[in-house]
Amino acid sequence: MVESLVEVAPGWVVVAAVLLGLMALVGACVDGALAAHSDRRSMLAGVGKPIWETARLLRQRRRVLVASDPLLWRVGGAGLLVVALLMVVVVPFGRWTVADLSVGVAWFNAMDVMVWALVWLTGWGANSAHGLVGGHRFLAQALSYELPLMFALTAPAVAAGSLRVSDVVVAQQGLWFAVWMPVAFLVFCASVLAFSVWGPFSPAAGGDIAGGVLTELSSVDRFLVLAGRYALLAAGAAFAVPMFLGGGSGPFGPEWVWTFLKTAVLLAAFIYIRRLLPAVRPDRLVEAAWVIGLPVVLLQVLFVSLVSLGGGL
Amino acid sequence: MISAVLFWFLAVVATAAGIAVFRVDSMARATYALAVSFVAVGVMLLLFNLEYIGVITILMMVMEMAIMGIFMIMFMGMNPALMPMSMVHNKRGSAILASGVFVGFATAVLLVPWPERRGTPAVDLTQSLGETIMGSKMLVMLTVSPVLFATLVAAIVLANPRGRYDRFGDDLRRRPPTGPGEGGPR
Repeated sequence: MVESLVEVAPGWVVVAAVLLGLMALVGACVDGALAAHSDRRSMLAGVGKPIWETARLLRQRRRVLVASDPLLWRVGGAGLLVVALLMVVVVPFGRWTVADLSVGVAWFNAMDVMVWALVWLTGWGANSAHGLVGGHRFLAQALSYELPLMFALTAPAVAAGSLRVSDVVVAQQGLWFAVWMPVAFLVFCASVLAFSVWGPFSPAAGGDIAGGVLTELSSVDRFLVLAGRYALLAAGAAFAVPMFLGGGSGPFGPEWVWTFLKTAVLLAAFIYIRRLLPAVRPDRLVEAAWVIGLPVVLLQVLFVSLVSLGGGL
Repeated sequence: MISAVLFWFLAVVATAAGIAVFRVDSMARATYALAVSFVAVGVMLLLFNLEYIGVITILMMVMEMAIMGIFMIMFMGMNPALMPMSMVHNKRGSAILASGVFVGFATAVLLVPWPERRGTPAVDLTQSLGETIMGSKMLVMLTVSPVLFATLVAAIVLANPRGRYDRFGDDLRRRPPTGPGEGGPR
């Protein structure tokens, strides 16, 4: 049981960065293994792929493009990792948290909005038509997922009566929020995939536009963007743990183990979904998101509000 | 001490990014220079312990600039937005206006008899700031905001070329409806 969270010194953010990097690497290795499996090779052969790919990219020579905007391009590419790290500073790891902000939930939301700018800048900066189309696609998709995401984050905050992440964890002592607000949980998970440009929500980097925002990226720039995507997936999975999955609570053992396990399982599910679902075109997604998704998640918030007014479950 | 240094640093960043908006030669750079300026202001609000307002300022402004950038590039005619271009027009007039407004405000800052602090800061600064600004006008605001929202929705419905009546037919009975986007089935 989580009684009280301890806010550690800001220097521990280095440890948070290492953990985030580790999680992103685990995600990339799982994806490599699954890719090998679908190619009918042994999964073990694919596990190491992200490491060899990293080595290859770091040795690669940077591609130089005519009339590109290197400043905006590099800011966009490198920013994804920074934003993922800024997301996890409000996520409690077991009993410890780097920053227990009074508006932690809104902070996470502000950071995921940063991704709007960063992905578009990655597409714009290269001065390539494919990249620009990818960037515009991402913003079109963002208009579909952002409002459902905001209301999905509202539901746990309403139930806890606080925007502080530690209060949300404490409010789940009895029952996990994922159990009695499943719609909010599912919408949140889908939105994490969407802001990570992943799986069904990856047309911004789609093969039909030669890789979209990824088209012209090479060398360390490409590494940063690919690592940033996995880091965003990991940060989203890590944030779902205190918001919906009861934080560090578990039947036995120390709390940090449970935080780690829950994050890893959710991240693996995120990674696996890529091979299950086809990509959704942003102009098709908008109708589903606004006509079905938004009303359903609003009903979820209404239900949670009524339950909270009635004294909770 | 640290917060004073941080405040001045952010003030310089916000001002420099604001100047950059007019000095750079690309629409994308101008847009995101403005976003940087707003983010610096948002962090300053965090320094004042206005956490919610600070975070929401960052959220809203980055979102707004991301969308605004697209519109600026889209509506800039003959597509100079994709080429280097000047971000200023009517230089003389705007220089006179800007310096006039600056001198006016700066004089006001020096001449206004600022009140001394009475009492202590409230526990919840965001709430007390909201009550001070809105206070007795809360009922008006609560009435106006649904009206404004309905206006926005109505304007979008009227402007949308692929709305409900285009897709479901005049009596809303066409099944299946045509697709929502340009690429959808007609």
